[in-house]
Amino acid sequence: MSINRRRVRAIFRKELQEFRRNRSLVVGMSIVPVIFSIQPLITVFTLNTAASAPLRHEHVLLYLLAIPALVPSLVGAYSVVGERQQGTLEPVLTTPIRREELLLGKALAAFVPSVVVAYVVYGLFLLCVELFAVPAVATALIRPSDLLAQLVFTPLLAGWSIWLSIFISSRASDVRVAQQFATLASLPSIAVTTLLALNAITASFPLAVVGVVVLLLLNRLGWRLVSASFDRERLITGTR
Amino acid sequence: MTGGAALSVDQLTKRFGDRVAFEDVSFEIGHGEVFGFLGPNGAGKTTTVRTLGTLIAPTSGSAVVAGIPLTPDNGEEVRRRISIMPESPGLYLRLSVLENLGCFADLYGVSDPPGRIDRALRAVNLVDRARDACGTLSKGLRQRVALARALLSDPEILFLDEPTAGLDPVAARDVHELIDGLRRRGVTIFLTTHRLEEAERLCDRVAILNTTLRRIGRPSDLRDQLFSKTLLVTIRTPLRDPGRVFAGLPAIDGWQQDGPAGYVLAVSDVTVAAPAVTRALVAAGADVLSVGEARRSLEDVYLKLVEGDG
Repeated sequence: MSINRRRVRAIFRKELQEFRRNRSLVVGMSIVPVIFSIQPLITVFTLNTAASAPLRHEHVLLYLLAIPALVPSLVGAYSVVGERQQGTLEPVLTTPIRREELLLGKALAAFVPSVVVAYVVYGLFLLCVELFAVPAVATALIRPSDLLAQLVFTPLLAGWSIWLSIFISSRASDVRVAQQFATLASLPSIAVTTLLALNAITASFPLAVVGVVVLLLLNRLGWRLVSASFDRERLITGTR
Repeated sequence: MTGGAALSVDQLTKRFGDRVAFEDVSFEIGHGEVFGFLGPNGAGKTTTVRTLGTLIAPTSGSAVVAGIPLTPDNGEEVRRRISIMPESPGLYLRLSVLENLGCFADLYGVSDPPGRIDRALRAVNLVDRARDACGTLSKGLRQRVALARALLSDPEILFLDEPTAGLDPVAARDVHELIDGLRRRGVTIFLTTHRLEEAERLCDRVAILNTTLRRIGRPSDLRDQLFSKTLLVTIRTPLRDPGRVFAGLPAIDGWQQDGPAGYVLAVSDVTVAAPAVTRALVAAGADVLSVGEARRSLEDVYLKLVEGDG
C-alpha cells in the first residue's frame, strides 16, 4: 500500500489550521499540562535537602508522562466525530483520499502539538526545578536516565493514545461522548506511569525496553485497527 | 449528448437491512449531458449519488462511472474522475475560502493549485471573498464555495445533490446560472433535486425515482408519454351544438365542456387541429377569444408518477 504524502500533508495542515482557531481545543490542551505540573512543582519547591536522598531512588518525574497520554486524546477524540457533526467529513471522503491517508494526517496533526506541549512542559518543569528547588533536590530529580525515558516514552505514549482516541472517535456519534471515552481509555497508561513515579512499579532498564517494544507494537496495531474499523458507509449513513 | 456514456448504471440496488433505499435502477448518461434525478424526500436520490461516488457499496447491480467499473478496488480511481457537491456545503468554517480550496486541491492532487483555485473562484464569482473565513459567508455564498471546490479537479462527471436546497430565490438563481455555465462548457452533470422548475430549466433529460425508477426521458417526451395533447378553446358565448362544430375535424379525438364558454379538445396533432378548430368556430359564427395548447409542466408529470405511489 502506497501512501500519498501530499494528501496526508493536506489533512495535517488543515487540522492544524483548525486547531489553532478552535479556542476550546487550545484551552483544553493547555489546562491538562498545567494541572499535571503545578502540584508537583509546589511539592518539589517545599522539599529540603534531607528529602533528596530518597528521591535518588525514585522516578518522580515520570509522573509527567501522563501529559502525552492524556493531551492527544482530547484532539484525537474530536478528529472524526467532530468532522462528522460539522458535515465536513463527507466532502473529504468524496475525494480520492484513502482512509489510511486520512487517518495518518489526522494522527500526525494530533501527535505533533501533543508531543511539543509535553516536551515544552517537561522542559519548563526542569527549568523551574533547576532555578527554584534546593540544589540537592534538583540534582536528585534531574537524572539522564529519566530524561531519556521522557524523550522516548512521550511520543510512544502520545501515539498510542491518539490511535485509541481516533478509534473511539470513528465509532462515537457525539464529540463529548468520544472525549469522555478517550479520557477513560488513556487511564491505564496514566496508571502505569503514576505507579512508576510512585515506585510502586520499580523502573529498570529491561522494563523500559519491554515498555518501548510493547508501545511500538501497540502503535502499529493501533493504526491497523483504526484503519480496518474506519467504514465510510457507516460514517456517512450512520447505518451498517 | 456527444456520444458514449459518461455514466452507465445497470440494475443497481441498495438496501440497508430490510429497508430498500433504491432498487433495480438502470440508466445511462451521455458526455456533456445535464441529467436531472427527481424524486420526493426518501426516494433514494442522495443514496444513489453516494453509491455512484463510492461512499457506500451497492447491494447488487453494476455501474460504470467515468469509464471505471464501480467495484470496491476502484474507489480511488472513480473518485479521482468525479466530483460530488453534497447537499450541505460541508466547509471548514474557521478556515478561509482559499484555505478550504487549497486543502481540496491537494486532496485531488491537482497540478498548479493556485491557478486552479483562481479559475474555480472566477467561475463562481468569488475572487473578492477568497480570504474571508467561510463561517462569515451567507448560505448562498457557501454554496458557491462548495461548487468551486467541486470544480477544482475538473471532473468528468459533476454530481450536484440538491444544490439549491434552502437557498432564497436570488441565491438559487445564481446557482442555476452557474450550472447553466457549466453545461455550456460541456461538463456532464448529475443533478438531484425536487425543484421541478429547476430540472425543467436545466436538464436535458430527467429520471423520476421513488425507490424504483419510474420514468426517464426529456421533460417534453415525458409529458407526451403521460398526457394526451389537449387544445383549450375559449369563445364569447357557448356554442349551441358543439358536437356538430367539432365532429369530423381532423386530428380531434374528443371534446368536453370546460366552463360556460370553454372547451377542452383531445387532439393527436396540435398543428393540424388548431387551425381546423379555429376555422370551424368562425364558420359557426362564434367569437373566438383564444385557441391554444394546454401546456403540461414537469410538475404534472412528477405528481402523476409520484402520487400514483400513494
